[in-house]
Parts: sequence; C-alpha cells; structure tokens
Amino acid sequence: MNIAEAEVPIENTQSLEMLRVQDLHAFYGESHILHGVNFDVKRGELVTLLGRNGAGRSTTLKSIMNMVGRRTGSIVINGNETLYMKPHHIPRLGVGYCPEERGIFASLDVHENLLLPPTVRSGGMSLDEIYAMFPNLYERRRSQGTRLSGGEQQMLAMARILRTGARMLLLDEITEGLAPVIVQKLAEVLVQLKGRGMTIVLVEQNFRFAAPLADRHFVMDHGQIVEEISAAQLPSRREHLNSMLGV
Amino acid sequence: MTMIFGVPMAVFMGQLTLGLVNGAFYALLSLGLAVIFGLLKIVNFAHGAQYMLGAFAALLGFRYLGINYWLALLLVPLVVGAFGVLLERFLLRRIAHLDHLYGLLLTFGLALIFEGTLVNFFGVSGARYATPEILQGGLNLGFMFLPTYRAWVLVAALAMCLFTWFMIERTRLGAYLRAGTENSQLMQAFGVNVPLLITLTYGFGVGLAAFAGVLAAPLYPVSPTMGSSLLIVVFAVVVIGGMGSILGAIITGLSMGIIEGLTKVYYPEASNTVIFLVMILVLMLRPVGLFGKEA
Repeated sequence: MNIAEAEVPIENTQSLEMLRVQDLHAFYGESHILHGVNFDVKRGELVTLLGRNGAGRSTTLKSIMNMVGRRTGSIVINGNETLYMKPHHIPRLGVGYCPEERGIFASLDVHENLLLPPTVRSGGMSLDEIYAMFPNLYERRRSQGTRLSGGEQQMLAMARILRTGARMLLLDEITEGLAPVIVQKLAEVLVQLKGRGMTIVLVEQNFRFAAPLADRHFVMDHGQIVEEISAAQLPSRREHLNSMLGV
Repeated sequence: MTMIFGVPMAVFMGQLTLGLVNGAFYALLSLGLAVIFGLLKIVNFAHGAQYMLGAFAALLGFRYLGINYWLALLLVPLVVGAFGVLLERFLLRRIAHLDHLYGLLLTFGLALIFEGTLVNFFGVSGARYATPEILQGGLNLGFMFLPTYRAWVLVAALAMCLFTWFMIERTRLGAYLRAGTENSQLMQAFGVNVPLLITLTYGFGVGLAAFAGVLAAPLYPVSPTMGSSLLIVVFAVVVIGGMGSILGAIITGLSMGIIEGLTKVYYPEASNTVIFLVMILVLMLRPVGLFGKEA
C-alpha cells in the first residue's frame, strides 16, 4: 500500500483536448450551484473563467477536483471520464490545483510545503528550477509556511504543483489581494508555464491581469457559461464584458 | 540518611521514579490520542480499552500460545493495531461525515463492549503477568533502589515516544499526517489517499496504546477495567498539554507523572486530584493548553 502511489493513466496523445466539461451540475447539500456548465480547453491553452462573485467559477474548479458534495454531467480530462473517480485519483491524471485560500500548511516549513504534493507524473520541474523561478522561496525555505507574505504564499502555492509533473493547472484567484509588482511576477510565471506547454484554467477577478495572457475567456453567471470570447474578439467586446462583470 | 525537603532521599527518589514511570504511560497514551484527534477529529474514548486489550493480549498470548514478553511487545501492537484498522474501516468511517460527537459516542460504546466482554470471562480482580526474568530485581544506585523493570519501561516508552516524534516530524509520511490534520481535502486534491492515511493513523494510535498495555502488564494487575481509570487522567493530561504538539504531549505526560509522584510524598491526600487541579489552572490561564496553538 502506498499512500501516494503514482499511477500513469492511459494517455491519449492524439487528442488536442485536455479538458471537456459537459452539462456539469454541482450541489452542496441542498443548494444547486452549477446549472449545466459546458466548456472545453485545448492542450497548451490558457483560458479564464470570468464572472461576478458567486457565479460558480471556484465551484467549477472544485467540481473538476471532485471536492464538492455531488456532481452530475461529464468531466473528461485527457480522454478519461472522471465523474466517478475518487478525489485522490484525479490529480494523477496530471492535474494541479491551487485553491483560492492558497492552502499553505502552517505545520510545515516552506521546503516541506514545496515537497508535499506527491509526484503525479514524470517531467515536473526540479527543485532547482523552481527555486530559480521563485528566488524568494529559496531564501525563506526554513520559514514556517504561513509566516510568508501573501505574495510569497501565493508563489509557494503555485510552485508546489509545478514539481508534481501536472500538465494542467487549475488556478483560483491567484492575484487576489496582492501588490502590483507581485501580480506582474505571476504574469511572467504564467507566460513561462505556457511556454512549457502547460494547460491552464484561470479563475480571475483581475481582468487586466488575465486579458493579455489568455487564449479564450469564458464568462460565467448563475452557475452557467454564458459567453465565450476569444483573445481576438476581446478588443471589440471589452465594454460589453466590463458591464457584465460589473467592473 | 540524606533528606530532601524533610523526606528521606530514598523515599523521594522512589516516588520520583514511580511518577516518571506513570508519566511515561501518560505520554504514550496521550500521544496516541493526540495523533488520532488531529487527523480524525474524534476523541477516541476506546483508547483506554485498547491499552487494556494490549495487556490482555500479552497475558492470553503467554497463557495459551506461549508467546513470551519480547515477542508480545512486538506482535501485540501489530495485532491490536490491525484490529484498530478494522474498527476505523468498518465503523468509524461510516460516521466520519457526521458530527464528531458521534465518533466519541461510538468509541465510548466500543470501550464498554470490550470491557464488558472481558469482565464476563475474566472478572475484575485482575491477573498477574510475570516480569521477564532478565528484568527482575533491581539496581542499587547507592542513593536509591531502582527496580529494573521500571527502568526498562521508562527507556522503552521514551524510545517509542521519540520514534513517534521522528515519524511525524521528520518523515514524508509524517508531513502528510501533519498537512492532513490541517486540511485533508486539499491533500486529496494533491493525490494523497487520505482515507487510507486516516485508517493507518488510527491503527497506529491504537497500536501505541497496545504497546503501552504490554509494558504495563507486568507492573499492574491485568484487569478489564485497567484502562478506563487511566484514561480519565490521560484526558486531563491531553487538555493540559494541548493538542498542537507531539513533543508537548510527551513533556506534559512525563511532568504530570512527576507532579503526581511528588504529591504522594508531600501531601498524599491530593495525589489523585493534583492533575485535575493543574488542568483547571491551565484552562483558566491558557485554555488551548501549554503547548497548544491558538486557533
């Protein structure tokens, strides 16, 4: 018995599609949060989920990770239907998840936090590469995880899923409450990750941060995707989008 | 004769040793309780019964299978721990999604069933388990007489405490345990098999209790109720130490044993209540416990 056994699932290399979500409904107890979400993400693509608070963006990411009460519909990751998979099997399909609250562990130091998530497949970034990407973390590697600044904690939360070999990252509100210089750094990191062929789903409130990075934007409202906007369409749709997001 | 605060040195040191040995049991048991509480969030009321099962398994194993003390020390924690694994897998897991109070009630009920069953067969008077030959007798240290078996219990219990501390604070599995204690859902989202981790943790905690039970078998009468009386004190020790720290549980266990032992020397009437007085004091001054972390 191995608590962190790494299973290599059947890889469907032909498919260009990394993620396909169809008619996804999600429930927390009695409350029905997602009402038939449909979208797809291609391999190597960066997409955003935009929308007001409570539109269901975070719940969509949690549903993909099987962290909500009940789900119906279909979630295909890399050719594998995951709706009936146990939560701890989903990361092993090559999925890395960074929660909105960052989830840095107080009882672990920075280095331990970084080493915590088990390797899910080969080809993850080495510790050296990660520390080169985030020099601050190297300097503070012996500090308790929650003693870091907000920006450093966010970098740690990102960095630790890069080590695991995940090929698709689900990032929830990574810029929330951070200083502009840190947000800029995170944007650079995302560009680098995209350059490495990572597929990224970004839940984002900060549209100015997301706009230049994303290939496509999905706008959510009342637990559904109400609009899809490609990067090319963005300039002409900007005003419309601003009014929808209430910014 | 040398006197310490008006008490003969030999008496003082004798009670100190007795206190340390009791403290070693408090430490072992509160450690298991803290580890289980950390990850499962249930107060394991069956802990005392599981300690008792350890002592009984050693006694019956010797009586019917000829298993000697040393083998029992190795086998009994594994067997009783495996029994704990089954309890978690088939009973505790079913109520894991309910309020933690149900876990407390279930383990309390289990303790009553274990005790009642054994009382039915063996009565409450308690049986004697022979001290292994090599640990009989004692050492004359000049200023006191140290019974060999008590010295051994102290060494073995401390070694097991340190082993547990090392496993939890210095290994990868321990890092999973600490992280799972904080946020088990996120650990699942990293690909860690948390249900398995929970099962193994419960089994480990139960195995620790059984190990303490085997150590206790030659010292105290082996009786079905030996665990329930001890458990109340251990709960007080856990409250005093706080849930946050492994090292804290060890230090609190030992020091409460010493305080109890010294109270027996200077004011015997209070020796049964002194730990609870300390508990009240700690709850008034530092409700999270001496080593507990503020939430």
